[in-house]
Amino acid sequence: MVNGSPIIEGFIEAINLIITLNPQVVEITIRSLYVSLTATFFAALIALPTGALIYFYEFRGKHAVVSTLQTLYALPTVIVGLVMFLLLSNIGPFGFLRLLYTPGGMIATQTVLIIPLLMGLTVSALSGIDRDKRYTITALGASRFQTVTTIIAEARFAVMSGVLLGFGRAISEVGTVMIVGGNIRGATRVLTTAIALNTSMANYSMSIALGIILLAVALGVNIALSLVQRR
Amino acid sequence: MAVIEAGDIRKVYGDLEVLHDVNLAVREGEILGLIGPSGSGKSTLLRILDLIEPPSGGDLSIFGIDTVQERGRWLDLRRRMGMLFQRPIVFNAPVYDNVAMGLRYRKTPRTEIDRRVKEALEAVGLSRYIQSRATDLSGGEQQRVALSRVLVTDPEILFLDEPTANLDPGSTATIEAIVTRMNRENGITVLISTHDLAQGQRLAHRVAVMIEGTVAQAGPPREIFHSPRDKKIAGFVGVQNIIPARVVSREGGRTTVEAEERRIVSATPPPAEEVAVVIRGEDVSLHRRKPGYEEAENLFPARVTAVEPMAPFVNVTVDCGCDLVALVTARRAEALELAVGMDVWVSLPAKVVHLVPRDG
Repeated sequence: MVNGSPIIEGFIEAINLIITLNPQVVEITIRSLYVSLTATFFAALIALPTGALIYFYEFRGKHAVVSTLQTLYALPTVIVGLVMFLLLSNIGPFGFLRLLYTPGGMIATQTVLIIPLLMGLTVSALSGIDRDKRYTITALGASRFQTVTTIIAEARFAVMSGVLLGFGRAISEVGTVMIVGGNIRGATRVLTTAIALNTSMANYSMSIALGIILLAVALGVNIALSLVQRR
Repeated sequence: MAVIEAGDIRKVYGDLEVLHDVNLAVREGEILGLIGPSGSGKSTLLRILDLIEPPSGGDLSIFGIDTVQERGRWLDLRRRMGMLFQRPIVFNAPVYDNVAMGLRYRKTPRTEIDRRVKEALEAVGLSRYIQSRATDLSGGEQQRVALSRVLVTDPEILFLDEPTANLDPGSTATIEAIVTRMNRENGITVLISTHDLAQGQRLAHRVAVMIEGTVAQAGPPREIFHSPRDKKIAGFVGVQNIIPARVVSREGGRTTVEAEERRIVSATPPPAEEVAVVIRGEDVSLHRRKPGYEEAENLFPARVTAVEPMAPFVNVTVDCGCDLVALVTARRAEALELAVGMDVWVSLPAKVVHLVPRDG
């Protein structure tokens, strides 16, 4: 009975698909990495300096801003997808960009999705530099600017962990890319949406192959994360 | 000349008043010990004097410069001072970069940084770790990295905030030796806070006692330990006998007071009518029989009521009309064959009997 199991057969075929570098598998993997890496890059570009500003500047409502960011970590991704869909669609204010159902739209959506996470984690990474360390920096004769650069340098590994977490969240995300990307074959199909589709079509071997790859990416991120956190 | 002059310094955090009415002058080239119980405001005062944070009120002049008026010169002033904290603090970078931090902030030329960092690490005996990650070192080694990071900047005033509180005796001795040498050879003014009375006595030329957010008394260690100004200071500096008493008479340089049923002669002029007698346990001598040659002004019979070993000493409580605690060496306690219920003689020179006001 074991030999006849569609799951075992699907698993064997999946390994085969990966080893033979099936063009469809390769194409979907590359697109997934491209979309999520680009989104992480843009999100970091925006979130890291903003997070640092939030941390270093005292302003009214600072506490509220940080709490809001932390609440946004748990924002349902389909809601982000819906809002981005409306913004990018023809009836929305950014419809003229024609980004709906394109990788560009997916990048924009994932960027928006992980910005709160990166910003919040940047703030807490910098807050992780304790009071005595800040006193030490001041006592050593650092100017205001030198203090900021020293604290950022000291928090570099914690900030990097945040970026890796953001990438992990982006690449494993289904809801938003399904809504905004549309899962169009050869155009906006990524690992997660392809798995969802192939599974519903009972095309298990393809799903399992893509699942293994997604898992490998997640594992890679985790390994990188633990390497960074060990520093 | 005073390098630091603080007048009526006050510091509040929200509703919490941490410092009030702090008056303190630090002389150039001295080691000043700041002692006091935990939470008495020692660390906060050091941070204010090092210009790490501003006081909420009061006057502070450093190197003769009025820091309240001249906020723009704080960075320059701060760069002439250095501070070592209680917890060893190192940054996640090689030891070399840790020690170079202060010099880089001061834009010192690279070749000079290189020379001075190597010298500084040599001085604290850590040259072999120059390329190691500072966070991988032990606590004692990290504290030595922190010390060389401060010393490499050639501070004129060095603040030490309980620098050896977490260290083993060996590392403590190393750090104390380096600090004493820097003070003697380079004339660095040192302010060291500690709750270790022995360390305060060992290192400091002068001691300032902080109690409840203010400097209660400052002076040579002898004076602080033997003539504390009030009961709280006496308690903190480890005086075993603080006994309420009443002034009976005063003639010549002698004050006679009555503590419960015992009259005691003191060489201190009475500070008030209602006083407390302050006697250090080690100044109380016990004898098996009445000494014939004794010159002490106070000599009276007593009965031992408690014997409590506190290696290497023994705390002996005797009843002589009032309870008196004597601190004797274990060897001496053995020779006297001290036991509860035994009759002894107590002798007490008038000059070791100190008087303070009873309240406050």
